[in-house]
Amino acid sequence: MDRLDQLESQSIYIFREAFNRIENIAMLWSLGKDSNVMIWLARKAFFGHVPFPVMHVDTEKKFPEMYEFRDRYAKEWGLNFIRELCPPIEATDDTLPPAARSAARKTEGLKLAIKKHGFNALFAGIRRDEEATRAKERVFSPRGLTGQWDFKDQPPEFWDQYKTDFPAGTHVRVHPLLHWTEIDIWLYTQREQIPTIPLYFAKNGKRYRSLGDKDITNPVSSTATTIDEIIEELRTTKVSERSGRAMDHESEDAFERLRADGYL
Amino acid sequence: MTEAKVKLAAVTPTAATRPVRDLLRIVIVGHVDHGKSTLVGRLFHDTGSLPDGKYEAIKAISEKRGVAFEWAFLMDALQAERDQGITIDTSQIWFKTDARDYTIIDAPGHKEFLKNMITGAAQSDAALLIIDAAEGVKEQSKRHGYLLHLMGVRQVAVAVNKMDLIGYDHEKFSAIEREYRDYLASIGVTPTFVIPVSAREGDNIVTPSAHMSWYKGPTVVKALDSFQPSAAAVDSPLRFPVQDVYKFDNRRIIAGRIEAGRIAVGDEIIFSPSNKAARVQSIEAWSAIPGAKPPRSAEAGYSIGITLDEQIFVERGEVISHKENAPVETDVFRARIFWLGHEPMTLGKTYKLKLGTLEAPVTVQSIERIIDTSDLSNSAAPQVERNQVAEVVLRARRMLALDEFIDFPRSGRFVIVEKYDIAGGGIISMEGYADQRGLITSRATNITRVVDGISEEARAFRNGHKGGVLWFTGLSGAGKSTLAMALEKQLFDKGYNVYVLDGDNVRHGLNANLSFSPEDRAENIRRVGEVAALFERAGMIVISSFISPYRSDRDRAREAAGQGFHEIYVKADLATCESRDPKGLYAKARSGEIKDFTGISAPYEAPESPQLVIDTASMPLEECLAELVSYVDAKFRV
Ligand SMILES: Nc1nc2c(ncn2[C@@H]2O[C@H](COP(=O)(O)OP(=O)(O)OP(=O)(O)O)[C@@H](O)[C@H]2O)c(=O)[nH]1
Ligand SMILES: [Mg+2]
Repeated sequence: MDRLDQLESQSIYIFREAFNRIENIAMLWSLGKDSNVMIWLARKAFFGHVPFPVMHVDTEKKFPEMYEFRDRYAKEWGLNFIRELCPPIEATDDTLPPAARSAARKTEGLKLAIKKHGFNALFAGIRRDEEATRAKERVFSPRGLTGQWDFKDQPPEFWDQYKTDFPAGTHVRVHPLLHWTEIDIWLYTQREQIPTIPLYFAKNGKRYRSLGDKDITNPVSSTATTIDEIIEELRTTKVSERSGRAMDHESEDAFERLRADGYL
Repeated sequence: MTEAKVKLAAVTPTAATRPVRDLLRIVIVGHVDHGKSTLVGRLFHDTGSLPDGKYEAIKAISEKRGVAFEWAFLMDALQAERDQGITIDTSQIWFKTDARDYTIIDAPGHKEFLKNMITGAAQSDAALLIIDAAEGVKEQSKRHGYLLHLMGVRQVAVAVNKMDLIGYDHEKFSAIEREYRDYLASIGVTPTFVIPVSAREGDNIVTPSAHMSWYKGPTVVKALDSFQPSAAAVDSPLRFPVQDVYKFDNRRIIAGRIEAGRIAVGDEIIFSPSNKAARVQSIEAWSAIPGAKPPRSAEAGYSIGITLDEQIFVERGEVISHKENAPVETDVFRARIFWLGHEPMTLGKTYKLKLGTLEAPVTVQSIERIIDTSDLSNSAAPQVERNQVAEVVLRARRMLALDEFIDFPRSGRFVIVEKYDIAGGGIISMEGYADQRGLITSRATNITRVVDGISEEARAFRNGHKGGVLWFTGLSGAGKSTLAMALEKQLFDKGYNVYVLDGDNVRHGLNANLSFSPEDRAENIRRVGEVAALFERAGMIVISSFISPYRSDRDRAREAAGQGFHEIYVKADLATCESRDPKGLYAKARSGEIKDFTGISAPYEAPESPQLVIDTASMPLEECLAELVSYVDAKFRV
């Protein structure tokens, strides 16, 4: 059993636990490399099926390639696809710095969508190696009614026993990819031949490592035009994955505040 | 969208991306402020693993807070952690050496956050224990060492940190090393290395220290490279807990992860505790690769699905195994637990047990001892407080399939849920308790009961009394045999058809082939229970006189006999029984000559709601007898 087999098996286990223990669960699809792997793993867990809705909370500011990808694979993979729109930017706190305000808009859209569909839990494709507060996450992460994360008092989680008992009204984020790294995602994408949005590959000396909204996501310098080359690049790079995501860098605690408020 | 816009990877990966590198997960533990997070930060810096701009960012954050450069801020990412200079929750970060990749798990040292330390430590293959050279071995240094061992983390190295604060003194280092090695030895742990370091200054983290030429061992990084990743238990007997049952595409797929052993198409398997059997028809796996064939076998670690040759009803929580080497079946077990709940774990209280995929209510039947992790001393208490370690006996209302932790770590451990929260974890031992599988499995098939032509009432009418079982239970020396024989005589004289089944007598004949192992003791009682039930049906009153220390065994006898079963607790405290010691057995048990002696070295589970309690410690024999006779007159006369 190699490392990818272990990662895959663990993710499948998480999917099956959540699906069994929690009624009314859905998956968030951000269209990026991680959530594509996440859908793939769900199909492995449920023998080719994805037995819950897959939801894109749309800022309408993604790259055209991302929308094309979404429309094609929602069909090809037979997904029960839901698209929800984020509220206009005017509905968010105008004292926030611009990127944080964009993120807040997404958080708001997410809250509305959860409420509308009555989802008790959402699968989200975050990983611990992306960012320091995500590194402290649980696989089953309980949230307040409006999505807040109480990161100072998280439940114990060990021996693959997750928190699956909740008072009514609790919302849960389930993180099947929490233990994966960026390189793992690419190795697996390659092994499984998972379709990939071309924006991840270098063009004119630049590529995207992480895909967000068009106006707040920047490409990094790169010559990697294949997955092999991406993996090579990642093995030596010292640039962090989310360096191109403006919202992380507006202040020391920008991301912590976003996440405490319900951002992924 | 055109095909060209979607990249599909090459089918054969190149040498650059294969083979996938090994991963070892290592947890950093130890007392609060001893420098765990600092060590991780320093390790990252000295191995050139910090991302661009991180060093400058940490510097700016430290300056903003008016503190000297704080390496711990790499891991302590929360504002609350940075403001208070303490790790609140466990965190993970990835790192590589030439040898392999690592997940470094930084755990908090403060007692308040023990649940977070456990969360981190439970995911590790190996541990690095940090001790502050100036403060020495402290409470959590020991508790963390103890808990790592309890959780089955066997690979441990120790770093004695802040050597700069004690002038890199060899003597002082050796004193700490000795003290901590002694402690670890007392719990059965041998550290691979004890390394003097200064995390802040970078001594012996990645580069050998210029200040400690007396130290000849490896640096921290070298010590990490000497650990081995843990391997799945592929060579164990099969354990495959049912996680869910799906109906997809007209197949009924039993899904789960193999926790130990291997399974193959065609294998005959059984489900425990339902004891249903079937054959594996197929192993299911989904693959997008055209023409991929489903596997014929699978081994520990893989999440799979199977279909069966027969449609039997099985549910989540059952454990699949082969016929041989099936899991233990029991409704009672012993466990060593750590408690994390805000409320103490309380004797007699019922909690939810989660063991693998199984959930079942369990009651705390006894709290055998609280273990002080700093000196391993024991004490008695009616409850287990937060952060304490204890040995307890838990009882379920139904049969559970489980394993002993030492044989099967993954199916021999569990968590306890109180209300909505995981409040503790534990590992299972069956010491003193029997595997009840043999007792509840009937081996013969094709049997139908014959209806007896003589009714119960007809027999009672002729005898003048109903049939029934007076089941005496109590410690050795409580007076069971004396009372049984005297009662038999009186009842006989009063015209009852009565007979005594006594321990020693039965072991001469019916049960001559049974030893005193827990399983055989249980079988002994099972047979006596069945015989007593036959006597009852024959219309007689049978007095059974056996210690019968286990509730499960007595419950089974009750089930065999039905309505006419009367549990009579012949009660005398241990001290009284020991002072009587008619056969000199207590003396032998105390000296260790007899092992597993009830009350001394094996459990006695007192009845919870007996029909009658006869207190021989405070009542003279005549009164005890009189009470029994009037009880029988009231219950059995027609
Ligand atoms: N002089 C000296 N100070 C050190 C050394 N290592 C750590 N410290 C200091 O000790 C304090 C505590 O360090 P941390 O790394 O936060 O300790 P910790 O073990 O992670 O603490 P918790 O996670 O809260 O249990 C900080 O102020 C560090 O700068 C060392 O080698 N020498
Ligand atoms: Mg720390």
